[in-house]
Amino acid sequence: MIATTGTHLSEGGCQIMAAKDYKSGVKPVWCPGCGDYGVLLSLTKTLAELQLSPEQVSVISGIGCSSRIPAYLKTFGFHGVHGRALPLATGLKVSRPDQTVIVASGDGDGFSIGGNHFLHACRRNVNLTYIVMDNQLYGMTKGQASPTSAPDWEKGKLTPGGTGINPFHPLVVGLASGANFIARVSGTDANGAVPILKQAIEHPGFSLVHILSPCITYNRDQLEWKKQVRQAPVEATSDPAQAARRLMTDDNLNLGVLYKGNRKPYQPDLKAQVDSLEVLEEQFAV
Amino acid sequence: MTVPSISITMTGSGGSGVMTAGNLLLEAAGRAGWFGMMTRSAGPQIRGGEAAAMLRLSSEPVLAHQDRYDILLGIDWKNADRFAAEIPLDADSLIVGPGEAPAIFAEAAGQQFQLDLPKIAKSVSGGRPNMVALGVAAAIVGLPEEAVAQVIDKALGRKGADAVSAGMESVRAGMEAAKALPSFNSLAVNTEAETTSQEARWNISGNEACGLGAVRGGVRFVAAYPITPATEVLEWLAPALPKLGGALVQAEDELASVTQIIGGSFGGTPSLTATSGPGLALMMESIGLAVASETPIVVIDVMRGGPSTGIPTKSEQSDLNIALYGLHGDAPHLVLAPLTIGDCVFTTQWSVVLAEKLQTAAIVLSDQALGQTRAIIPRQQDVGMVAEREVPATLDEDYQRYANTESGISPMSIPGQAGGQYCADGLAHTPTGLPSSKADDHHLQMDKRLHKLTNYEFSSHWAEIEGSDDAEVAVLTWGSSYGAASEAVAAMQAEGKKVRLIAMRLLSPAQPEKLADSLQGISKVLVVEQSHSGQFYRYLRAQYDIDAQVRSMAVPGPLAIRPSDVLKTLSEWS
Repeated sequence: MIATTGTHLSEGGCQIMAAKDYKSGVKPVWCPGCGDYGVLLSLTKTLAELQLSPEQVSVISGIGCSSRIPAYLKTFGFHGVHGRALPLATGLKVSRPDQTVIVASGDGDGFSIGGNHFLHACRRNVNLTYIVMDNQLYGMTKGQASPTSAPDWEKGKLTPGGTGINPFHPLVVGLASGANFIARVSGTDANGAVPILKQAIEHPGFSLVHILSPCITYNRDQLEWKKQVRQAPVEATSDPAQAARRLMTDDNLNLGVLYKGNRKPYQPDLKAQVDSLEVLEEQFAV
Repeated sequence: MTVPSISITMTGSGGSGVMTAGNLLLEAAGRAGWFGMMTRSAGPQIRGGEAAAMLRLSSEPVLAHQDRYDILLGIDWKNADRFAAEIPLDADSLIVGPGEAPAIFAEAAGQQFQLDLPKIAKSVSGGRPNMVALGVAAAIVGLPEEAVAQVIDKALGRKGADAVSAGMESVRAGMEAAKALPSFNSLAVNTEAETTSQEARWNISGNEACGLGAVRGGVRFVAAYPITPATEVLEWLAPALPKLGGALVQAEDELASVTQIIGGSFGGTPSLTATSGPGLALMMESIGLAVASETPIVVIDVMRGGPSTGIPTKSEQSDLNIALYGLHGDAPHLVLAPLTIGDCVFTTQWSVVLAEKLQTAAIVLSDQALGQTRAIIPRQQDVGMVAEREVPATLDEDYQRYANTESGISPMSIPGQAGGQYCADGLAHTPTGLPSSKADDHHLQMDKRLHKLTNYEFSSHWAEIEGSDDAEVAVLTWGSSYGAASEAVAAMQAEGKKVRLIAMRLLSPAQPEKLADSLQGISKVLVVEQSHSGQFYRYLRAQYDIDAQVRSMAVPGPLAIRPSDVLKTLSEWS
C-alpha cells in the first residue's frame, strides 16, 4: 500500500474549513431549480461540520445528473460507469479504510442498472455513505420513467400511458438487504439535511440516505414536494422489525433518520502477517 | 528398457477418485526426482461422472503432452469412450483395466491386459480402487514405493493412521498385481534432479502460478467472482492476500468485481481480478473505464471454449479478439499471454508491473490448458519486478492529473495526498480531469493514452524466440500453443532441419519492429493457434507487414494442439 500523510486539518488547529472550501468551482450542468444544487450545498456544509480535510474524502458516482456531483467538490472523486458506483466505492474503502467514502447516485443509476449492487452493498455493510438523489425519472436522457416513477406518470417517453407497474421502495429493500442506517432528507432543504448526512457519515457500516431531489424540468409536480414533506413523527428505531412496519407504510414524505442498526461493518484486517512471499512459496516444493 | 518420458491416462467414473490418484502419482514422481504434468478432463457433472487424469512423466521438464499415450489405465470403462479423441493410442500402447475396454480404445492399442482394480481393492481392508490404480501406475513407470508412501502419508495423514495404512496396502496390492503385466518401458531415473533439493522443483498449476505472479508483482487487492476454469486463481489468492496485508472480496458479479478493483487501484493498491470468457464479456465496459480514467488494473482471463457458455471445462485460445477489440471507442490497453505453466508466474507479474507503470488495463490471456494443468517444473525464481506507480512527489495548485507529459504517463495522486485531489472520469476530459466534449481535449488525451503504450520499450520479454538464426521457416504462435510448437521445433532441429519459433507473450500493443527483426531471413511463416476462425492469424495480418509466405494452422478447442500436428503441417508445406 502507498503511504499517505494527510491528517484532519482541524486537528492541526491551523485552519478551519468552510463549506465553500469543499467546492471545486466547476459550474454544474444541472437545470435551474434542480434539487441537486441543494444536495451539493448540504454536502459541503456537512463536510465543513465534520472538518474533514478534502483529501481524506472520496466521492464516488456512476452516471446521471446526480452522478455529476464529484466534479463539483474539491475532494477526491470518481465519476465511473452507469450503475457501478457502489462496487467501485467498495473496492476503495476496503483497501483504504482511512478514507471517508461517500457514494452519490440517482434512482435510475442506483436502483435500476445498479440494483444488484445496491442489494449486496446493503448486505455487505462496508462503512460507506450512499446518498441517492431520487427524482423518479431519468433526467440526463431527457425524461424516461425510472424504478421509482409512479405507475400512472404518463410523461415518460418510453412508457406513454404510464409504466403500469408499482414503484420500487428503496428503503424497504435496503432494510431487508441489511443497510445499517436509513434516512430521508429533502434536496430543497440543505440546512435540514446537514445533521442527518453528518449522522449517516459517522454511523458505522452502510448508510443509505434517500434524498427527494426534484426534477422540475421533466416533472413539474415535484415542485409540490417542498410543501408535502414532513419530519417523521417518530424517533429512529434500531429494531428492524419495527422499522420494516414503518417503512412498508411510509408514503415517501417522512424526513429524518428512520433506522439505526448496529451490525458490525465489513472490513478485512489489512495488517500483514508475514514479511516475505517465501511462506507462500513453500507449499509448491515437491 | 528405460525411456525419457511416459504418458499415462487414468479413467474412471462416479467418484472413483482418478483425479486424486493422478495428483498423487504426479506428486510422487516429483518426490522421486522426475518432472511432469497432469491435465484433467471431465464431463459436465459437478461431482462424479466420467473423468480422466492425463499425465506425462519425464526425466526432463516438459511443456506439452505427447502425441500419444503409452498406458491407458481404467478403474472402470463407464463412458470412458467420451474421451477417445483426447487419448490417442497406438500399436505401442497398453490398456490395463477390468474386462474389455471400449472398442475405440481396444482397436487402437497394441496390447490389452485385464486387471480388475475394484476387485483387488476389495481384497484390502478399507481398500480403494484409485489407490490400487496408483500402485499399478507407479509400478509400470518404476516409481519407488518410498516416494508413493510419502505422498500417501501427506494426503491421508489427517484422516488417521488407518486411512494411511489402507491407502498404502491398496498401493502395494496394485504394485503386486502389476507384476503380472507384460513388461513395459520404465522411466529413466533423473540422476541430475536427484541431487537437487525438493525446493528446486515445484508442483504447481497454471492458475496457482498466476496467483503467485500477482502477489510477486505487488497485487494486494483482488475482487473475485467464481467461474470455471479461473476460480483456482482466486481461491489461491483468498488465503494468501490476508497474510500479505491485502484483501480479497467476493463480489456479487463480474460487473462488480472489475469495478471493485478499479476502486482499489484508485486508492493506490495494485489490484486484480480473474475470470473466463463470459465474465470478461461482462467486464468490458469497466475495462474501458480503467483505460479512460488511466486507473491501472489487471484482468486475468483463463480462456475456455466459447462462444457463450461454450465448454467451461476445456481449453481454447478464442478470446483473443474480445481481449484486443472488445472495448468500445479507441481504447489502447495491454494484452499479454503466458506461454507455459511456469511462465504464468512471470507474465502475470510483468502484467501487474506494466499496468501500474503505464496506468492502463492489462488483460492476461491464460487458458484452461495452462490453468488447470498441474506440473512438476523447476522452481520459478522471482525476477524481482514490483509495481511502481508514478505518484507526484510534491503537489501544488497547478497539479494536473492527466497532464500531457513526454512519455504520456502522468503522475497519479492517490486519495490522502493533500493537494492531489482530482475527479477520475470516464467522460472525455481536460488535463485536470474536468469533463470536456471539445475536440482538442479529446484528441490530446487519446494521443497521450496511445503514445504512453507505443513509446514504451517492452524489452525482449515481448516474445520467446528459439531455434536457428539461419532458418528459412518459422513457427509463429502465442500463449499456451507455445508448448506443442516448441516440442515440434525441437524435434525438427534434432533431425538437422532449421526452424525458428517465435511465441508472443505481448499481443497489445503490437510490436511490428520487433517481429520484423525476429523474422530476418524467414521466407515461410506457419501461424499456430487454437481457434476456429484464425483470430491470431487475422490479428497478425491487420497489425504486421510480414515479408514472407504465411499460412494459418488454426485448430479449435477442446483438443490440445499436439507437437505432431505442427510437425505434420510443417513437413507438408516445406
